[in-house]
Amino acid sequence: MTDTALNALPAISVRSAGKIFSVARGAEVQALTGIDLTVAPGEFVSLIGPSGCGKSTLLRLIADLDSATSGEILVFGKTARQARLDQEYGIAFQSAGLLPWRSVQANIELPLELHGVGKAERAARAEELIELVGLSDFRTRYPDQLSGGMQQRVAIARSLAERPKLLLMDEPFGALDEMTRERMQQELVRICSETGAAVVFVTHSIPEAVFLSDRVVVMSPRPGRIVDIVSVNLGPGTERSDALRENAAFFAGVTAVREALHGSPVAPLGADLR
Amino acid sequence: MSLDPTAPALFSLPAEAEAQQQPSARAGEGGARGRSLARSVLPPLVLGVAFLLLWQLVVVVFDIKPYLLPSPTDIAGQIVVVLPLLWSSLLATGLNALIGLVVGSLLAIVLALLASRVTVFDRMIVPIVAALAVVPIVALAPILNTMFGSTSDTPRRVVVLIVVFAPVFINTLRGLRQVRPVHRDLMRAYAASNWQLTRTVTLPGAVPFIFTGLRIAAPLGVISAIVAEYFGGLQNGLGSRITSAAANSAYPRAWAYVFGAIILGLVFYGVTLLLERLASRRRA
Ligand SMILES: Nc1ncnc2c1ncn2[C@@H]1O[C@H](COP(=O)(O)OP(=O)(O)O)[C@@H](O)[C@H]1O
Ligand SMILES: [Mg+2]
Repeated sequence: MTDTALNALPAISVRSAGKIFSVARGAEVQALTGIDLTVAPGEFVSLIGPSGCGKSTLLRLIADLDSATSGEILVFGKTARQARLDQEYGIAFQSAGLLPWRSVQANIELPLELHGVGKAERAARAEELIELVGLSDFRTRYPDQLSGGMQQRVAIARSLAERPKLLLMDEPFGALDEMTRERMQQELVRICSETGAAVVFVTHSIPEAVFLSDRVVVMSPRPGRIVDIVSVNLGPGTERSDALRENAAFFAGVTAVREALHGSPVAPLGADLR
Repeated sequence: MSLDPTAPALFSLPAEAEAQQQPSARAGEGGARGRSLARSVLPPLVLGVAFLLLWQLVVVVFDIKPYLLPSPTDIAGQIVVVLPLLWSSLLATGLNALIGLVVGSLLAIVLALLASRVTVFDRMIVPIVAALAVVPIVALAPILNTMFGSTSDTPRRVVVLIVVFAPVFINTLRGLRQVRPVHRDLMRAYAASNWQLTRTVTLPGAVPFIFTGLRIAAPLGVISAIVAEYFGGLQNGLGSRITSAAANSAYPRAWAYVFGAIILGLVFYGVTLLLERLASRRRA
């Protein structure tokens, strides 16, 4: 970030936000309550917590796919709705959500096409992105000819198409096997350092959160709220590479997040939180 | 509540299989396609020939009278004799069926699009179409003949139009309602307009369903075009030739025209199948 004005303005600012879903026959579900969160430009923040604690809901509020019932959500200083209309963020979900009748290239071009970018420019940008996610040999393939990991890479390329300064990702690697997952994490780290985008990343894997994030937001259910925010301090100059996974600072981060999740210090071999 | 299309829980699809289809699976496809064509065409062909032989045998052995059942060779002889007239009647009926099918299907697709977008319209039209689907529309033919005049092809085309409307409408609407929540969210995130959603997601997703409707509608349209001719009016199509031949006790000739009707139905079905193949090849 060279732009100091941008640095002053947080990428995301959530102030005492709450979300209540009305369900059948007047019943209500308090999905989120009293959420306060600020994400700086270029910062990588993970949301972690047991399922049902409102991670997806929080992400959807930021993306303006749902609206908050209380509180305030600003994205680059604008309301969430205005930020969505201005295309301030890119988004990726657990299911890649590719259009099966479009080739890899046409899927990546979709947002550009919708926003009136010319054919030649679209193709050039798609080419760059396909290279970035390492799918050069698969440009003309269709989604059902790709593995799950490849489909997810296409979805990530698509989310980057308009060079957003903010990426919202809801368990994008949730359906992948462990090996593919670690490779994708590695690629995401590289992509983020190349694009300088801020990221909000939903996951339920502690190592994944610690590996990727500057800060890990720990949430708990009923009602969904933030119980702790763990800063991951890897020490100056530490690179987020495979070696990091065996580094002491990494383990310290994992332990800190696990303790925050369980609400008290736990033995290193504590139960899997999932 | 579990059906709420916006529920984030629905994002979680079953794990997508790794490496579903590798490029090698595509090699040698040409040969495989030829073989699968032979495998799908040969058995019914063999059965058809066997059936004709048995038919001939039964007619000869039991000395069945032509007004009860003419033999295949008698019918074939008549086909050769009436060939020019058979061809022109086939074209006349075929054109009625085609026009009714195209106009009826387009109308069905447009109204289904409207019903998928406007709830009030949806509530009004869906019960009407459901009722339409069970009413024997060809029964309208005599009335339409008086309405449009019996020297016109219009009554027959209208009958076809009404008959094909229901299956195309119902299937298209079903397809239009299949939009996956993740696609809906994605298009909202892109701030896409309603029309963009329809054009890039909803309509392409409904294409296989539209073809299912067309596959049902095409033979139905041909049948209706023929049967509509049974109720008088112009004497130019297969249906009117069949009735007039039967009225003159020219049974092998009547059967020759029935043969034409079978060919026409098969052509319509085959062409829709072909179009469907072409459309689905582009998507995978
Ligand atoms: N559209 C909705 N309607 C009603 N309840 C919902 C809806 N979306 C989420 N919820 C509820 O809100 C809570 C949080 O859900 P979610 O954000 O999906 O959790 P997570 O992503 O952390 O697993 C859950 O109790 C869930 O049932
Ligand atoms: Mg979730």
